[in-house]
Amino acid sequence: MIFHSIRWRLQSWHGLILVLVLAAFGYSAYSVARDNQLRRIDEELQHRLGSLFFRPGPPSRPPERRAEPPPGPSPNDRGRDGGREGGPDFTEFLSRLREAVAQAGTVDSSQTNGFYYVLWQEGTLLAQSLNAPADVPAPLRVFPWPEPEERSKGPAGGGAFAGKSGPPQPPGTRERGDVREVFRYFPHGECILVGHFMAPELAAMRRLAIWLGAAGAGVLLLGWAGGWWVSTRAIRPIEEISATATKIAAGDLSQRINAADTDNELGRLAGVLNSTFARLEAAFANQARFTGDASHELRTPVSVILSQTQGALSRERSGPDYREALEACQRAAQRMRGLTESLLELARLDAGQAQFKHEPFDLSQVTTDCIQLLRPLANERGITIESQLPPAPCVGDAQRISQVATNLLSNAIQFNREHGQVKVAARVENGTAILTVTDTGQGIPPDDLPHIFERFYRVDKSRSRVQGRTGLGLAIAKAIVEGHGGTIEVASHSGTGSAFTVRLRAR
Amino acid sequence: MRVLVVEDEPDLLGSLMKALREDGYAVDGAPDGEEGLYKAENYEYDALVLDIMLPMIDGWEVLRRLRKTKKTPVLMLTARDAVRDRVRGLDTGADDYLVKPFDLAELLARLRALIRRAASQAEPGIEIGDVVIDTAARNVTRGGEPVVLTAREYALLEFLALHRGTVVTRTMLYDHLFDENDSTLSNLLDVHVSNIRKKLGHEFITTRRGHGYCIEEPA
Repeated sequence: MIFHSIRWRLQSWHGLILVLVLAAFGYSAYSVARDNQLRRIDEELQHRLGSLFFRPGPPSRPPERRAEPPPGPSPNDRGRDGGREGGPDFTEFLSRLREAVAQAGTVDSSQTNGFYYVLWQEGTLLAQSLNAPADVPAPLRVFPWPEPEERSKGPAGGGAFAGKSGPPQPPGTRERGDVREVFRYFPHGECILVGHFMAPELAAMRRLAIWLGAAGAGVLLLGWAGGWWVSTRAIRPIEEISATATKIAAGDLSQRINAADTDNELGRLAGVLNSTFARLEAAFANQARFTGDASHELRTPVSVILSQTQGALSRERSGPDYREALEACQRAAQRMRGLTESLLELARLDAGQAQFKHEPFDLSQVTTDCIQLLRPLANERGITIESQLPPAPCVGDAQRISQVATNLLSNAIQFNREHGQVKVAARVENGTAILTVTDTGQGIPPDDLPHIFERFYRVDKSRSRVQGRTGLGLAIAKAIVEGHGGTIEVASHSGTGSAFTVRLRAR
Repeated sequence: MRVLVVEDEPDLLGSLMKALREDGYAVDGAPDGEEGLYKAENYEYDALVLDIMLPMIDGWEVLRRLRKTKKTPVLMLTARDAVRDRVRGLDTGADDYLVKPFDLAELLARLRALIRRAASQAEPGIEIGDVVIDTAARNVTRGGEPVVLTAREYALLEFLALHRGTVVTRTMLYDHLFDENDSTLSNLLDVHVSNIRKKLGHEFITTRRGHGYCIEEPA
């Protein structure tokens, strides 16, 4: 479960890579240090071995070899001296060697700095320094005797062997426990060995290993904690987004993501999501308001029907009483029918299901027909309709456009003053057919003007209800005109009237 | 009992007024907030039925302004049933709240309860001696026997009974029992009172000459 979290995956990878890098680095560092240490010990051992029997080189050579004092000062010096003084005779050299080794034993081990010397002849112990361990096994003579030309490649590299009777074998190296030894066989089976107790060096190496381990662990911890911090910061917006989205999914659409730092990818995402949520909330609020309004509009006629029927049925009535009640019910039902039809139409327009025809028609002709239909209504209120309708060819659904014209005209009549005027004009301008309907009514207050195409929006909250209007006419007109790719707009001056303008593509 | 109905839908106003009249109320109607407020402020009503969505002045405003001068019980009618709207209505000073579409019977019952509560009468039954008035069923019994009263007689009896122990002036009776369309003939009250006396006993309603009528609280 925990590994399904991005942060844990990031951290695991991060940690794994860190461990690998640190382990590789620590191991290399340790190996290099260890190799260096061993090489130093080996060099020292070989130097000591060499100084026992090599003839010294030119006078300048001793200081060049090792500035540090030779380990076992006196035996060594003597050995070297012996080597220097030793003539070509090997037997003499050997005896000097024996003497040097034996004398090394007389010196306190502390002064030998952890180095000891052992001399064998054909496996028989000839001499050893005092600090040498009791049972140093004679090294095996593993190498075949090298040819003279190979000898020069010997690791000791000192070609200045004192004896004439043959070169010694190149030095061998071995490690027994915490002891490192360098030995060399001579042609007659003599073998000389220099050993070194490595305990202090090994302890130092162990300390180094521990230190490297601790440092590595520290770096790992630091890196991991840093990674945790960074990933926490990186993940936080995601968690916030997910928490907010969860609340929104649960129904609280007012929630927003708190996008404090909007300069990174997640901040931008939060911004995008917030604007999406805002639009979602607005759409939901709109929908809820629309549904509320629709049910509100339906409640009143239902109340009429209920109260009329319950009142009529509460006792025996006369014929005219029943008739009156039935007429009231009929009016209510007709209103409900008009409302449900309008709602259905809006729903179709919203869903894009309304199929508009694409036929040529004359906007002026359509409007003239509408005027004919509405003239009785206008006459009832003493309103005159002036029209100026030259041909205005358009393309679209003539029946739908006539619905728009009827709506605008009946509004202009309904919201006009008694004996007012309605002016209807059409014209074609720059490929646009324009229809204007102007009335001489009260006009629309500026506060209401931006809302009048909204569903159920009413300037006077209930006057229009008395007149049996649904409050959806302009919303439907707008949807139809926009469905034709046209525009509808209104201009109004309080007190002098309103002018609605419809623009459609001309043919 | 006199009731004012403020409702802008003419068919609903008509049916409400008719139903209330048939239930024995004196009923006035107003088609908009302005007229409703004027009547509510200038006449004595026992209750108001007030729609919220009204032309001119909406129901909230009518209620707010009315509450400055009158304590008339108000039953709000609305098509909005959100809790927020109901709370707002009650907090503005409405006494009850009914959501459209409503049942006529419920409206009448709530109105009766409102009027009863306003007269500090918790129970629907009023007992005066051997006369029992059931304000819920709107009937009267005397010694267990039902007494038949006309709607106007019942309304007069109920009004006096709700104000029993106090003298009810003729003006009060006119204000509460007749709506604005009734021709208030001065002797109409006396006719109703005498009819009630015939049915419930002469001493049931006493006349305070120059003041009005009274139903005495039994000692």
